Amino acid sequence: MRHVTHLTIGPVGFRIGSDWRAPIAQLEDLYRDYPKPGIPDFNVHLFAARPWRKILRPSVMIGGDYTIPDAAPLPLAQGLLAAEMGMNLQMALAQRRYLLLHASAVERDGKAVLMTGISGAGKSTLAALLMARGWRLMGDEFVLIDPATGLAHAFPRLISLKNQAIAVAQAAVPDGRFGPLLAGTPKGDIRHLVPDLRAIRKMAEPAEPALLLFPRFGFDAAERPVPPSEAFVRLTQSSTNYVHLAERGFDALTRLVQSVPARAIDYPDTDGGIALVEALA
Amino acid sequence: MTPGWRLAAVLRDPARTEHFSARQWTELFAVARAEQMAGTLAHRLNGLDLDPTVQRLVDDAIASAGHLRLAALWEAEMARRALAPLGVPVVLLKGTAFAAAGLSPSLGRNIGDLDILVPRERMDEVEAALLAAGWEWVKPDPYDDAYYRRWMHELPPLIHRERDRMIDVHHTILPLTARIRPDARALLADSEPLGNGLCTLSRTDRLVHAVAHLLADGDLAGGMRNLWDFHCLVQDEGTMGLAERARHHGLGAEMARAGRLSHALYGTEVPFEWQGLRLLDHLYLRRLTARDGWGRQGRRLTRLGFYVRSHWLRMPPLMLARHLWTKYRKGYRPVG
Amino acid sequence: MTALYRAAAPETLRIVPLDALTLVYHRASGVTHVVDAPVPEMLEALDRDDLTVDQLLTRLSDSYDLLDADPAALAIRLDELVEAGLVERL
Repeated sequence: MRHVTHLTIGPVGFRIGSDWRAPIAQLEDLYRDYPKPGIPDFNVHLFAARPWRKILRPSVMIGGDYTIPDAAPLPLAQGLLAAEMGMNLQMALAQRRYLLLHASAVERDGKAVLMTGISGAGKSTLAALLMARGWRLMGDEFVLIDPATGLAHAFPRLISLKNQAIAVAQAAVPDGRFGPLLAGTPKGDIRHLVPDLRAIRKMAEPAEPALLLFPRFGFDAAERPVPPSEAFVRLTQSSTNYVHLAERGFDALTRLVQSVPARAIDYPDTDGGIALVEALA
Repeated sequence: MTPGWRLAAVLRDPARTEHFSARQWTELFAVARAEQMAGTLAHRLNGLDLDPTVQRLVDDAIASAGHLRLAALWEAEMARRALAPLGVPVVLLKGTAFAAAGLSPSLGRNIGDLDILVPRERMDEVEAALLAAGWEWVKPDPYDDAYYRRWMHELPPLIHRERDRMIDVHHTILPLTARIRPDARALLADSEPLGNGLCTLSRTDRLVHAVAHLLADGDLAGGMRNLWDFHCLVQDEGTMGLAERARHHGLGAEMARAGRLSHALYGTEVPFEWQGLRLLDHLYLRRLTARDGWGRQGRRLTRLGFYVRSHWLRMPPLMLARHLWTKYRKGYRPVG
Repeated sequence: MTALYRAAAPETLRIVPLDALTLVYHRASGVTHVVDAPVPEMLEALDRDDLTVDQLLTRLSDSYDLLDADPAALAIRLDELVEAGLVERL
C-alpha cells in the first residue's frame, strides 16, 4: 500500500493503508492526539477495484483482515468514511477479547452510562452533548465489556454525526474539531467530531457500568424500568460478537443485566434527552 | 522472502519469530487471517516467550478457533440426529472429521461448512430427512440447481434455517465432470467409526481426499491451509500405503505432487521420491504463497491461469464454455 | 412406537433464572436459549430418566400445578426443544 498510518482507539490498534493519500492525511490530522500501536490488532486497506480506478472516477473499496462480500465502494471524497467503516467492520466481525455492544457511553466519577438502541435513536448525539457538558466520552458506537472484570472499556473513535445532528453538535461544541462535511453518503450527510482531549487521554481507563439506557428519539418524554430478561435479549441483538464469545459472552452479559439497572427512555428533543439522562445517572 | 512464504516458514518453525520486527508480526497475522490460518498460527506460537501484544492476538485466535470447533462438532451431532432414523452410514469429511477424530490439523483450524459423505443411492432419503429437520436450499436458481444435480459430487448446498450453518452432502470426493473418478464405494467401505454414530474416512483416504481437494478440485484458493492439513496428517500417521491407495483412486500423480509441495513448504517427512521439485511445482508454490503484507493476493496472471485450469480439470471443454457463458450472462466474476 | 425423550446432560447446561424468564446456555452448541416455564422443569425431569410424552406429563403434573395438562401441547413444546437440540428424540 502506498500510504499507511497507525492508530489506537481505546484498547484496539489499527493499521490503515490506502492507494490514495487523502484519506490517510485526513485520519492523521483528526487522530493526531491518539497513540500509535506497536503491533496492531487489525488491518484495514482502501484500494481501487481496478488499477485505472485510482485515477478515473476514483472509487474506494474497503478491505481488511475481515470483510463482507459485496461491500459497495465509496467515492474518494468519502475516503475518510470508508476508513471508519473498515475499522468498524473489523470490530464487528472479529473482536474476540471484549463483548462488543453497539452503544454509546459516557462516564463520570468512574461510573459509566451505556446507551444502546437502533440507529436513529440518537446515541451519538446524546454522547456528544453529554461530552460538551463535562462527561467523559467513552464512545459513540461501541462499548467493550471485559468478560474477566465486567468493566466497560472505551472506544472513542471519531463521533459520527448525521444530518440534523451536525448542526446540533456544532452549536453545543462550538470550539470542537470537526472533519470535512461528507455530503450524500449512503447514510446522508456525515460529519465527524473529534472527541475532546480528556476522552482521548483517559481512553485506556475502563469504568464500571452503572446504568443501561435504551433511548428512543422523537417521542413524548417517558421512562420505564427494563427487566433483566428484556435487557439481555436487547443487548444480544445489539452485540455482533455475543455468540462468538461463547460462554464468556454469556457470563459477561448475565452479569451486566443482573448488576446494572436498565431503563427505557423516550425523549422529544435533545435537551429533553440530556435532562432525562442526567436525572437518572 | 515474501509474507506468504514467511507464514509457511513460521508454521514450520515458530522459533523463527524470535527477532521479528513489529512490521513482520503485523504482516504475519494479516497473511494468516487471509489464509484462514490465524488459529493454526496461534497454536504454533503459543508457549513461546511472546510480546504481550502478540500474546493477546494469539489468545484471541485460539479462543475464536475453539468456538468454531465447538459449533462444527455440534452441527455434526445435529446432522447425526436428523439422519439416525435412516440407518445410513454418515462419513464426516475435512475439518469436522479432523476435529471429531482428534487429529492434529484440527488444532486452531477454521471450520466452516459441514461436509459429509453418504452412499449415492441414499442421497434422496438423506436430502428429505435434512429438509424435514430444518435445512433449506441456498440456491433457488434453477440453472445452478440443475448443474449441481447433474454434474457435481454433492447436493446443492443446504443451510439450516435456525443455526444458519451450511451442509454439503457428497457422494464422492470429486465432481462427476472431473477426469478422475475416485472409488466412492471403497471410500465408504473402508471408513472408520468414530464411536458417536458417525464415521471418518480411513487413514489413507483422508489424505487422498485432502489431495483431491487441494490439487484436483478448486483453484488452489486456501491452498496453504489445505496443504497444512496434508502436512499434519502425514506427521500424525505416516505415508505407509499412501501412494498405492492414491493410485487406486486415480490420484497417484496428485498425491506425489502434494508430497513434494508439502515437503518444500512445511518440511514434511515424505518418502525420498517426493523430496525433489518438478518444474511445474515452482509455479504451484508461487501460487500458494502469493500474499502481500496486507494479505492480498498478488501475481494476478498466475491466479487467472489457475482459475481456468481448475475448470478444465473439472469439466470437459464444451461444457466449460457453456458454463462460463451462463455465469457470464449473470454478471458472475471469479472472486479474488 | 412411542418415542422416548432425553434432555442434554446437566453439566452441558448453564441455567440462570432472571425474572419471568430463564436463560439456558448450552455448552455443547454454544447457543443461548431464553425460555419460559415449564421448560426448565421439563429439562430437569428429562435429565433423570428418558421419558415418553405421557410419562413426562405425569411427572410434571405430580411436581407442579400444570394449568393445561394436555399431551398435545406438551408434544409441541418437546418438538421445539428437539429442534433446538436441548432434547434428543431417541
